[in-house]
Amino acid sequence: MTDYEIEEHEYDVLVIGAGGAGLRAAIESLAFGCSTAIVCKSLFGKAHTVMAEGGMAAAMGNVYEEDNWKVHFRDTMRGGKMLNNWRMAQIHAQEAPDRVLELEEWGALFDRTEDGLILQRDFGGHKYARLAHVGDSTGLEMLRTEQQKAASLGIKVFSECTINRLMVDKKTNSISGALGYWREKGNLIKFKAKAIIIATGGLGKMYAITSNSWEGTGDGHAMAMMAGAEMVDMEFVQFHPTGMVWPPSVKGILVTEGVRGDGGTLRNSTDKRFMFNYIPEMFASETASTEDEADSWYEDHSLGRRTPDLLPRDEVARAINSEVKAGRGSPHGGVFLDIASRRSPEYIQKRLPSMYHQFKQLAGVDITKEPMEVGPTCHYAMGGIKVNAETAQSSVNGLFAAGEVAGGLHGANRLGGNSLSDLVVFGRRAGKGAADYAKNTESFLPIDQIEIDKAIQNMMMPFDNSNGENPYTIHKELQDSMQKLAGIIRTEEELVQMLSKVEDLKKKMLSVTVEGNRWFNPGWHLALDLEFMLTNAESLVRAAIERKESRGGHTRDDYPEASKKFGEINFIIKQVNGSIKVEPRQSDSMPDELAELFKDK
Amino acid sequence: MPLVDLKVWRGDDNGEYISYLVEYDEGEVILDVVHRLQSTDAQDLAVRWNCKAGKCGSCSAEVNGKPSLMCMQRMVNFTPGEEIIISPMKTFPLIKDLVTDVSWNYENARKVPAFSPKKVDTDGKHRMQQVDIERGQEFHQCIECYLCQDVCHVIRDHPENKDNFVGPRFFVQIASVNMHPLESASQKPSALYGFGLDYCNITKCCTEVCPAGIKITDNAIIPLKERLVDDKYDPVRWLGRIISKGKSGK
Amino acid sequence: MVSQNTQTESLFNRYAKTLRKDRWWLEPLLVGVGLFIFVMYSTVSAALLGNYWPYEIGPYVSPFFEPLFYTDILPKWVSPAIFILWAPLSFRMTCYYYRRAYYRSYFLSPPACAVQEPADSYSGESTVPLVVQNIHRFSMYGALIFVPILWNGAIRSFYWDGEIGIGIGSVLLLINAFLLSGYTFGCHSFRHLIGGGLNSFTGSKYQLFRKKIWNIVTVINSHHKYWAWSSLIVVGLSDLYVHMVASEWITDINTWNSFF
Ligand SMILES: Cc1cc2nc3c(=O)[nH]c(=O)nc-3n(C[C@H](O)[C@H](O)[C@H](O)COP(=O)(O)OP(=O)(O)OC[C@H]3O[C@@H](n4cnc5c(N)ncnc54)[C@H](O)[C@@H]3O)c2cc1C
Ligand code: SF4
Ligand code: SF4
Ligand code: FES
Ligand code: FES
Repeated sequence: MTDYEIEEHEYDVLVIGAGGAGLRAAIESLAFGCSTAIVCKSLFGKAHTVMAEGGMAAAMGNVYEEDNWKVHFRDTMRGGKMLNNWRMAQIHAQEAPDRVLELEEWGALFDRTEDGLILQRDFGGHKYARLAHVGDSTGLEMLRTEQQKAASLGIKVFSECTINRLMVDKKTNSISGALGYWREKGNLIKFKAKAIIIATGGLGKMYAITSNSWEGTGDGHAMAMMAGAEMVDMEFVQFHPTGMVWPPSVKGILVTEGVRGDGGTLRNSTDKRFMFNYIPEMFASETASTEDEADSWYEDHSLGRRTPDLLPRDEVARAINSEVKAGRGSPHGGVFLDIASRRSPEYIQKRLPSMYHQFKQLAGVDITKEPMEVGPTCHYAMGGIKVNAETAQSSVNGLFAAGEVAGGLHGANRLGGNSLSDLVVFGRRAGKGAADYAKNTESFLPIDQIEIDKAIQNMMMPFDNSNGENPYTIHKELQDSMQKLAGIIRTEEELVQMLSKVEDLKKKMLSVTVEGNRWFNPGWHLALDLEFMLTNAESLVRAAIERKESRGGHTRDDYPEASKKFGEINFIIKQVNGSIKVEPRQSDSMPDELAELFKDK
Repeated sequence: MPLVDLKVWRGDDNGEYISYLVEYDEGEVILDVVHRLQSTDAQDLAVRWNCKAGKCGSCSAEVNGKPSLMCMQRMVNFTPGEEIIISPMKTFPLIKDLVTDVSWNYENARKVPAFSPKKVDTDGKHRMQQVDIERGQEFHQCIECYLCQDVCHVIRDHPENKDNFVGPRFFVQIASVNMHPLESASQKPSALYGFGLDYCNITKCCTEVCPAGIKITDNAIIPLKERLVDDKYDPVRWLGRIISKGKSGK
Repeated sequence: MVSQNTQTESLFNRYAKTLRKDRWWLEPLLVGVGLFIFVMYSTVSAALLGNYWPYEIGPYVSPFFEPLFYTDILPKWVSPAIFILWAPLSFRMTCYYYRRAYYRSYFLSPPACAVQEPADSYSGESTVPLVVQNIHRFSMYGALIFVPILWNGAIRSFYWDGEIGIGIGSVLLLINAFLLSGYTFGCHSFRHLIGGGLNSFTGSKYQLFRKKIWNIVTVINSHHKYWAWSSLIVVGLSDLYVHMVASEWITDINTWNSFF
């Protein structure tokens, strides 16, 4: 084997990922005096978080005084179909308001109420208007604010640097470092670290129609699992009900829920507001039953019950799916989302400027005049690395996780706006957890050279192979089959089919062949990401087969009802001797004072 | 499917433009066509992108000589068979194909003053009115595509100025801090010196290319220049200062 | 499906002057020509011809010569306009819009966006002589004085021989005063003084008031280029018109019958 030169670094805490979670974690860890660095695949400031639109949920009570963390907690649990880790949901609801104020303290400019406080907007599944926002570019505001904070603190950033393997000391089950490569030249880089925080975001890129960017390959999920960490709830994937469906090139690009929060409604080809036909029992008592009631709720929440357009995302996505299947869809296979006939052009342009431009520039549609065409798009992974609610540590010592890559908070379905607040609440906790851990760790653990060599060989394989398939083709095959066989509506038969497809693609991956050299070569980068996507696809499908019920982001045509038995079980996914195993685990039950919250209606 | 003639820069500084005939669909954008090329005939073609919706500012390049986001250039604006030249941004050192080394921008980001807010009200909250924050919100729309930096002739044509001039993107950032309704410290005029504001000759190319629609020149650069003028060149303020000095002198 | 044609195009190298295919040269050309015509005309009319070309007739005074200076001390070849024109001249020369216009058209710095600038080195307005542009604030104060003066001239032009009336000349002078006000009150420096210098607009009633004015100024300011051109063209036309009437080359249509 050729000898490769490897650049080496040492940090107390290494943060993988520069999204909202990673940045918050790094800022915290630095504040505790640990030497800290951030690594990210894209340029600094381009993480997914920058695309988040609608807002961040926090029960600040600026618009509805009745709102408090308990209501937020309850909404989150019910949205997650009670499968959430209750302690995480509690911490999240309690700490989110402080994190919003903290962003403001660092320079963020949220939209305001009349009294000069932070304005909050309505979103699906939230009882009260609760999302702090900046027009429809809240994620941008959050990421820039954190980014500038990080820059002013002088945190070291390795950008366009991809981590490919985590290094673990097998004897103590503790993290020792990570190996990666610079995208620019393909040179290798090795980090020694006392603690590592994974904040690599989502895994949606394994689906054909997705709101995720090329980065959403779930590297962190897969790497952590390979390193021995336990994963949880991998079967739950959120399909956001409103993605663009036309033109083909933008299929999947997100249309924020803020459109509905600000008054937009869903209609089918017969111009009917069909959501009134899809109100599930669990939400019937608090959902409007007539159009008039829904409309008056927009004016004042005490005048009526909330509109069914703002049911949790899983419900809305399924409803759209059924309408389209029943032949009542829009010309390009979605449904209509109409705000033009309900709000003035000035209001729309002011509240939803980037949606306005997105449709105008990409689809030639003026949303102040015409309805949009929308359909479900793969959006968010509820499942992820199983972490301790207090410290965000995984089942591997010194390995922490925060943000979308961590599982537990959202249960079977995430409420809109709960992700941005999740990022900062648990980003901060992970930063503190890792800093504490690093401080209590005397010295850096040695990194096993054999593991490094193995990883390098694996990374260089696509250049050594010949006559294999190209990575783009394999990726496309995975995307198409996941979309078809493990999408919104699933059956045992198709899932099993998907499993063998994954096996098949894994074999192809072993001989994947790329052109050119290591110099900024997207083909090679994709070839390396394939391994992660296939690993995650397998975890997802295996867990999905085991969950023989329909719940949240997991709908089984062969088991259409939610079952009580599965309602108390989380599936833990882990790698044992190189193969992926799924095991059911009883969910923690919450203390009485919290359980109390769900009793009164 | 119709074809276009994509002329793409390939390689590093010693590279060349290579023509490819690529299929496209009317509903697509340039970036889609570049991706099609990448998944077929030019698999190692280096190009940056993330959101494909004009939100992340990754896919900056020069299309027919104009700095623009590839994901926001619709193919309907071109005719079948047309030649489209795609080059990397000129102002930054080339890495490969359409990817340039934009690290200069990140160095500048560390130079500009940090925000330091006023104290919170007694209930632990800040109060600002919507009218107060709208100015800053415009600046916060920046997606860091660096197209303004690319087009600015101060550095595009005179790279030697890079040490003394942070560029329009960072004037926007300085403005957002300097004009922040809660800003306390950096209001000092000294916070405006040393960034090369006076190199800008307000020819407005940055505003012309900004995909976020920020009126960089009118709303950030000129107002900052005016704040400097307050400090240095305003005759009325000279007088004011002389008088107040005279008084405090006594 | 994709055919590749690997022909090297030495023509298009990365460091070409520009790869733009549109008519980028049109705007700087038109602007350059327009400015040239105006500068030539005003030099001839106001500075060179001065007292040799009548600039006053009936109620009309050419805006180049407003307010009127009558001196016997100076020789006839010194035009009275030079006591007036320094103000609008320095105001327009250092105006942020005109700077953009002549930097592009004459200094070619740059001629158009993403078109290479010919000069080898560049220091912008950071060194002498261009640092002088900073006197714009100064000249704005000067220009503010001329707004009422020109309005005064415009209003006077409706009154002749003890009678209120109207003529083409008075309408022109009125439009001129209006456009000049739009130009002056849309000035970036003025916008800064009004409200741009504030960070918070809601601290007091006074600040809120300034914010309201600032909003108006901002609207006017966003069309500064158009104010600059329209006021420029109309001031030139008004001057030409008054000269022509005064030289009896044309007759003014008005309600007073005749000025003679
Ligand atoms: C279009 C869109 C709109 C959304 N709107 C909302 C909203 O309104 N409200 C809300 O709450 N949520 C929203 N979400 C969800 C939310 O934005 C994401 O879940 C969240 O931003 C994820 O943040 P993160 O910090 O976990 O990771 P990300 O922001 O995804 O960042 C991941 C980081 O990890 C890095 N990385 C990944 N792999 C590697 C590797 N192998 N090596 C090194 N670095 C790596 C990446 O470069 C990146 O920096 C939206 C999501 C999308 C896509
Ligand atoms: S206006 Fe100034 S900063 Fe903007 S491109 Fe022109 S010279 Fe550069
Ligand atoms: S100011 Fe505009 S052009 Fe410049 S980096 Fe930001 S978004 Fe891009
Ligand atoms: S890909 Fe994000 S701006 Fe073009
Ligand atoms: S007059 Fe044009 S900017 Fe002042």
